[in-house]
Amino acid sequence: MAESRGDRFIMSSIYILLGVISLIVLYPVYFVMVASLSNPEDVMLGKVWLWPTDFSFVGYQRIFENNELMKGYLNTILYTFFGTVLNVVMTIAAAYPLSRHDFKGRNVFTLMIVFTMFFSGGMIPTYLLIKDLGILDTFWAMILPTAVSVWNILIMRTFFQNSIPKELQEAAFLDGCSNMKLLMRIILPLSGPVLAVMVLFYAVGHWNSYFNALIYLSDRDKYPLQLFLREILIQDQMQNMVDLGSDTFSRSLMEVEAIKYAAVIVTNLPMLLLYPFLQKYFIKGVMIGAIKG
Amino acid sequence: MAGEKITMKKERFKQRQKNNLQLWTKNWELYLLFLPVMAYFIIFHYIPMYGVQIAFKDFIANKGILGSPWVGFEHFERFFDSFYFWRIISNTLGIGIYELIVGFPIPIVLALMIHELRTGKFRRFVQTVTYMPHFLSTIVMVGIIMMFLSPTSGLVNVVITLFGGEPISFMTEPGWFKSIYVWSGVWQTMGWSSIIYIAALAGIDPQLHEAARVDGASRLRRMWHINIPGIAPTIIVLLILNIGSILGVGFEKVFLMQNNLNMESSDVISTNVYRSGILGAQYSYSAAVGLFNSIVNFIILILVNRIARKVSSSSLW
Repeated sequence: MAESRGDRFIMSSIYILLGVISLIVLYPVYFVMVASLSNPEDVMLGKVWLWPTDFSFVGYQRIFENNELMKGYLNTILYTFFGTVLNVVMTIAAAYPLSRHDFKGRNVFTLMIVFTMFFSGGMIPTYLLIKDLGILDTFWAMILPTAVSVWNILIMRTFFQNSIPKELQEAAFLDGCSNMKLLMRIILPLSGPVLAVMVLFYAVGHWNSYFNALIYLSDRDKYPLQLFLREILIQDQMQNMVDLGSDTFSRSLMEVEAIKYAAVIVTNLPMLLLYPFLQKYFIKGVMIGAIKG
Repeated sequence: MAGEKITMKKERFKQRQKNNLQLWTKNWELYLLFLPVMAYFIIFHYIPMYGVQIAFKDFIANKGILGSPWVGFEHFERFFDSFYFWRIISNTLGIGIYELIVGFPIPIVLALMIHELRTGKFRRFVQTVTYMPHFLSTIVMVGIIMMFLSPTSGLVNVVITLFGGEPISFMTEPGWFKSIYVWSGVWQTMGWSSIIYIAALAGIDPQLHEAARVDGASRLRRMWHINIPGIAPTIIVLLILNIGSILGVGFEKVFLMQNNLNMESSDVISTNVYRSGILGAQYSYSAAVGLFNSIVNFIILILVNRIARKVSSSSLW
């Protein structure tokens, strides 16, 4: 059927609008990337728009020279790895029983878990608890308080209920399979997509989080990358990175800007590299969650 | 007769108990599996809820939460009477409402437009690009905002001066705070928030569109009369959740964007709790402020849900 003129007009408006929106979203990130590779002076003067001018890696150099920052990077990798492992194990341990209709008390347990989404004791009682548990300023404070997310439990439970045929479970039971064996041998191998989604959601969460570190950590040796990034990007604390002695003041000011651009790129590098490949999984995750909003 | 019935009932009851017992013993592994989860929720969520009683006490560190003396509503009264009360309430509400009005409809419009593209490279490009900022951390997000808005080297001010304007120091000007907060939030989350609507749109029966097209309905009319009603239940559920969190303006981003100069429009409940509680160690007082916030949020959520259930068929529960 031929499109009417009105329809064609609407379609072209949609194309133009979406194109403009995409540019607005893409450009700032692109600009940071280009600016991080350019001569800081040109960036300051507004000469850098589309392509790096006069390639310079001074920002990256300063970052990789900084031991504290590299330690932060390592800490973040550790928190992300162990935090995600704990998250995924806990999510399975919660979602699998809740997905079973013969699990007595599942309604009460579900209610108990979901209630924490809408009401919480708040920042201060939680802080005092962490203090009383004696895990303030330790590795544990970074992974235990966020050991599992209610939302992800619900996503996973929905997946177990809807995507794994009941007949399969019943047949396994008739063959004398135990609950644990069923989970390990049959259900988990069939749950690849949802497990990938979980790993990604949790890992991104750990990589990007700073709140727990801000509140619970005071030892700089344990700081994750994001807290150092906060000092660089937001508090302008870079005395130990920029050599104020040998350079002129305006030169070091420019270096400060270069470090900022490079820091953003270095922090997001794993994400930026993986994102195009992982994108379809993220979307799948939101879709599974959406089924049972 | 009656006696027989009773014995039958008794037997059925016994049978059910036996079944229950069987379920318990058969599924013991499930309970074992669930045990750490329950322990987590009790320790990290329910104990703090119990600990919130310090809001009604005068917390003394060496006496602990239980041993500290009760003071009733003293901390709440102090909060309501304080100089900052109206400031933080109006800021929290102001940001929440601004965010709702701007941030809620935009992802819906975006989803409606993306849905019209059907499939193809352009559609995938738009989706890939608009979802991406969701994965930037709050710190990077605020860092980028500050780079672009910097009065000396920021791109925005470079452009302003290029056109002969005076550079604006956006971050220290209280009047700009809420707009920067809300619009950068739109920039970061509109794509991600649109996914759920795109999923809902994909579930609309294509026959409806076919029929409307035969009747000569234009694309715009079909969007208006088929697509929007089709995703109305999703819109309502998300609207409830959004209104329910109107006073729950997140700590992370406001805290990072805050500075002494924009405080009069950036101080919200959660940053206030952080300052007086974690930094100032006034545990009881800030727990009271936090509890006030949680309770108001919870009440709003229940009220909105009740209204939604009355006026439409969709609600959270």
